Amino acid sequence: MPPRQDFRDPDLVNVAAPQRAGRMSASTNPMTTRLFGTLVVMVLAALTLDAQRATYRVPRTPDGQPDLQGFWSNSTYTPLERPDNVTKEFYTPDEAAAFEKAAAAREAAQTEPGTVADVHYDFSQFGLDRSQSTLARSLRTSLIVDPPNGKLPPITAEGKRILAARAEEAKRLGGRWDSAQSNQLDDRCIIMAGPGPPMMDAAYNSNYHIVQAPGYVMILTEMIHDVRIIPLDASTRREPRSRPEEGQASGSPRAESRGDGRLNAPDRLRQWMGVSRGRWDGDTLVIETTNFNGKNPFRGSTENLRVTERLRRVADDTIEYNFTVEDRSMWERPWSAEALMRKTSGPLFEHACHEGNYGLYNTLVGARREEQQAAEAAAKKDSK
Amino acid sequence: MNRRSLVSIGLLTLASPVVLSVNLAGQAPAASAARAVPAAKAAAPKPYTPPKTPDGQPDLQGFWTNSTYVPLERPQGVTKEFYTPEEAEAAIKAAAAREAEQTEPGTTADVHYDFSQFGLDRSQSTFARSLRTSLIVDPPDGRMPPVNDEGKKRAAERAAARKQAGGPYDAVQNMPIGSRCIIMGGAGPPLMNAGYNANYHIVQSPGYVMILTEMIHDVRIIPLDNRAAPDRNLRQWVGVSRGRWEGNTLVVETTNFNGRNPVRGASENMKVTERFTRVADDMIEYKFTIEDPATWDRPWSAEAPLAKTNGPIFEFACHETNYGIANILAGARAEEKAAAEHKKGSN
Amino acid sequence: MPNRSFIRLTLAACAAALVAGMTLAQAQAPGYRAPRAPDGKANLNGIWQAMNTAHWDIEAHSAAPGPVLELGAAGAIPAGLGVVEGGPLPYRPEALARRNENRANRLKLDPEVKCYLPGVPRATYMPFPFQIIQSQKHVMLVYEYAGAVRTVYMTDHVEAPADSWMGWSNGRWEGDTLVVDTRGFNDLSWFDRAGNFHSDALHVVERFTPRSADTLNYEVTVEDPKVFTRPWKMSMPLYRRVEPNAQILEFRCVEFVEELLYGHLKKQSGK
Repeated sequence: MPPRQDFRDPDLVNVAAPQRAGRMSASTNPMTTRLFGTLVVMVLAALTLDAQRATYRVPRTPDGQPDLQGFWSNSTYTPLERPDNVTKEFYTPDEAAAFEKAAAAREAAQTEPGTVADVHYDFSQFGLDRSQSTLARSLRTSLIVDPPNGKLPPITAEGKRILAARAEEAKRLGGRWDSAQSNQLDDRCIIMAGPGPPMMDAAYNSNYHIVQAPGYVMILTEMIHDVRIIPLDASTRREPRSRPEEGQASGSPRAESRGDGRLNAPDRLRQWMGVSRGRWDGDTLVIETTNFNGKNPFRGSTENLRVTERLRRVADDTIEYNFTVEDRSMWERPWSAEALMRKTSGPLFEHACHEGNYGLYNTLVGARREEQQAAEAAAKKDSK
Repeated sequence: MNRRSLVSIGLLTLASPVVLSVNLAGQAPAASAARAVPAAKAAAPKPYTPPKTPDGQPDLQGFWTNSTYVPLERPQGVTKEFYTPEEAEAAIKAAAAREAEQTEPGTTADVHYDFSQFGLDRSQSTFARSLRTSLIVDPPDGRMPPVNDEGKKRAAERAAARKQAGGPYDAVQNMPIGSRCIIMGGAGPPLMNAGYNANYHIVQSPGYVMILTEMIHDVRIIPLDNRAAPDRNLRQWVGVSRGRWEGNTLVVETTNFNGRNPVRGASENMKVTERFTRVADDMIEYKFTIEDPATWDRPWSAEAPLAKTNGPIFEFACHETNYGIANILAGARAEEKAAAEHKKGSN
Repeated sequence: MPNRSFIRLTLAACAAALVAGMTLAQAQAPGYRAPRAPDGKANLNGIWQAMNTAHWDIEAHSAAPGPVLELGAAGAIPAGLGVVEGGPLPYRPEALARRNENRANRLKLDPEVKCYLPGVPRATYMPFPFQIIQSQKHVMLVYEYAGAVRTVYMTDHVEAPADSWMGWSNGRWEGDTLVVDTRGFNDLSWFDRAGNFHSDALHVVERFTPRSADTLNYEVTVEDPKVFTRPWKMSMPLYRRVEPNAQILEFRCVEFVEELLYGHLKKQSGK
């Protein structure tokens, strides 16, 4: 299984998402100086908010939880790892705007007629590119804040073995168009980057819907309508106790997490998104997730991945989203990142990926057709 | 037959017919009201009051058998409704002898295991006695009513289908339903003598009567809440039953049969009405009426008492060890192959 | 001391009030009052599951062999009394023919086999649990099967912006009953494994009513003038999953069906 590749790799943008037959168009999305200026202003506005955060009081849900509800976007141009030619932690607003402009230009460039990228539908035409979405922008040069160099920590010896074994397995499965199973998870409509955990920018439709009920926080990721239902530790619940004469306690039974930090999902139960448990730490929602099935490595992670996420609403329109990744089979030390989620407008639309996955089918048919044609051509040549 | 069973039969001969016939005379149901009780019997003893379950139902619980030598239809040459005790005894003896005959070495019957050797034959098990010459009490001649035109047509269609399906050992689907371990005669409804292991376990709980039939561990759970029959698209081998108490009699109506195990050629729209009345500690009077205008122009009824027997009932895992089917089919295929090769060889 | 006629009058007035109160109560609810959600509405939060054979066939049906020989009894169809009220589904004649064709070819045609989203109300009675996450603005219905999810908009009611598999749901409260009105379906999902189907004119109204601490009454009115001659209704209880560690698990079935859908497009070795 080839390692999941980053949507933001420009070489992959054209094959990163399930295709739908679209009009090929030469529309461009030129960045004007005026737009550049707007970017700078918006970046500065983000900075100003910092001052407001200190005095922000998170509203409460009716049952007393800090209210994270609503529609949120984590669309961002900030890469996970600091670019090689960058050493500092924060850009200046001008630098950030320039960085964004360059990234947006790359997104628009895909519409160059005659390129492989152009075969894919035009992101910007449908308003799907990041420059036309609600951006959760910050001045950071990388989402990774620890290690301080903004890069992933070194890989362990075991990790190297695992990566080599995966490469072998991928080779055995064959080329990307040899079968459905040898293709990418996103093209197969099994899972994409959005839900995680940790939740990552999905390149487009990077949208989430958070709904809270007594004892639960639900996070719906637009692609592919993934839902994480996170039960909250009973000790940190704040909903009013129901009066005895009203019958059973409100909501359904919750899973308990053991005091020693281990989560009580049985070891044999493995899921793509792992199994999550949450608790409130003041106004911060802390979510711990284990029991991954290891079939969707996050930057190489194994089934021993543990993710700790922290969500804190710091403004009406901003959630701070921090996460720590631990996987002793892969990395020598845990690593952490800070990202933002920005309020966006709803609603979320149904993303019936698999149901409309003509792309996978058509590319397989095409690949088999090409092979057949090559075989026929070779046979003809041989007979001469 | 061994001595012990003869003695017990003798005892039963003395006790049962008196109780049975007198209590039957004491009933008020429609079918038997006009029947004459043999004059030789004693004067009516005090009427039997069945015990009650904790929730107030007349108690039918326990282990029961409907094993009997009485045939469904009155034999040819017999016109009366009841034998004398001596005649009944003679009929039983003759039937028992026939059962024992199957062990004649060299006969096809002998290939089958020896019923009597395993104590499965009726003479070695508890059986429900009566002096009746037939289980059928209505029509009064003790025989099935004639099959009407629709019934004849269906019978012809079924016969044609069977012929179409080929020989009896061509496929498992051509073999008898009982041999296939799908369902046997004891389950009904109506409950019919299974030939051996003709045992039942009745258990009652508030709102339900449960009847477990030994072969093939069939259970009918009969609700007592006057519910309507289910949608006609729901069909079952044992139909769908619902019951109610009328005084001390449990009345059970069953419809929604799937028609694949017909009682004497009935259609899937057959309706069976059963009546259970405990008439003695060791006897339940069991009567049933069959209504099927698609087969008979009139209903017909029978009485087949259930006698108390010893438990427990053992698990009858028929299908799980159905070597018979596999071996018979394999044998038939082997025979065909041998015949084909023989033919080839002789060409 | 009040005189007799006054007492009589008072008693009569009390009796009348009692009767009126009882009548009103009967019109409102069958006697069980669910605990309250924090906003005062009935609390429907929880993990629920239907327990019947509607997923095989919503009409009454006998037990029958299944469509896959090798599964034997493990793939056979249990009997069911049916969840559709009042007899067979009122198909238009040409629609009935299509339903029967669906049923005869269900391995090829049933969207469930391909792990497609189940539609409504089939999602409710799939043999998998689902969870209700109830807030004031949105009630989420999260189904274990295929990770299907529906957002019920309790405020901000709009028309379906486009067709979808799970439809567009607008919800409201009628007393303690959650009423969910859904339109905007495509015509690609079925009602069960027996080939019962609908068009894109489908309109479903569901009513979730608490009937005891651990059960809900689920009633559904289905309307689809392109397929049926009149609206029809189905109903069933929903049972709470009360085990302490109950949770919705993943049933991501896409990878389970890839061999079925794309196996014939696999590259043959040696080429």
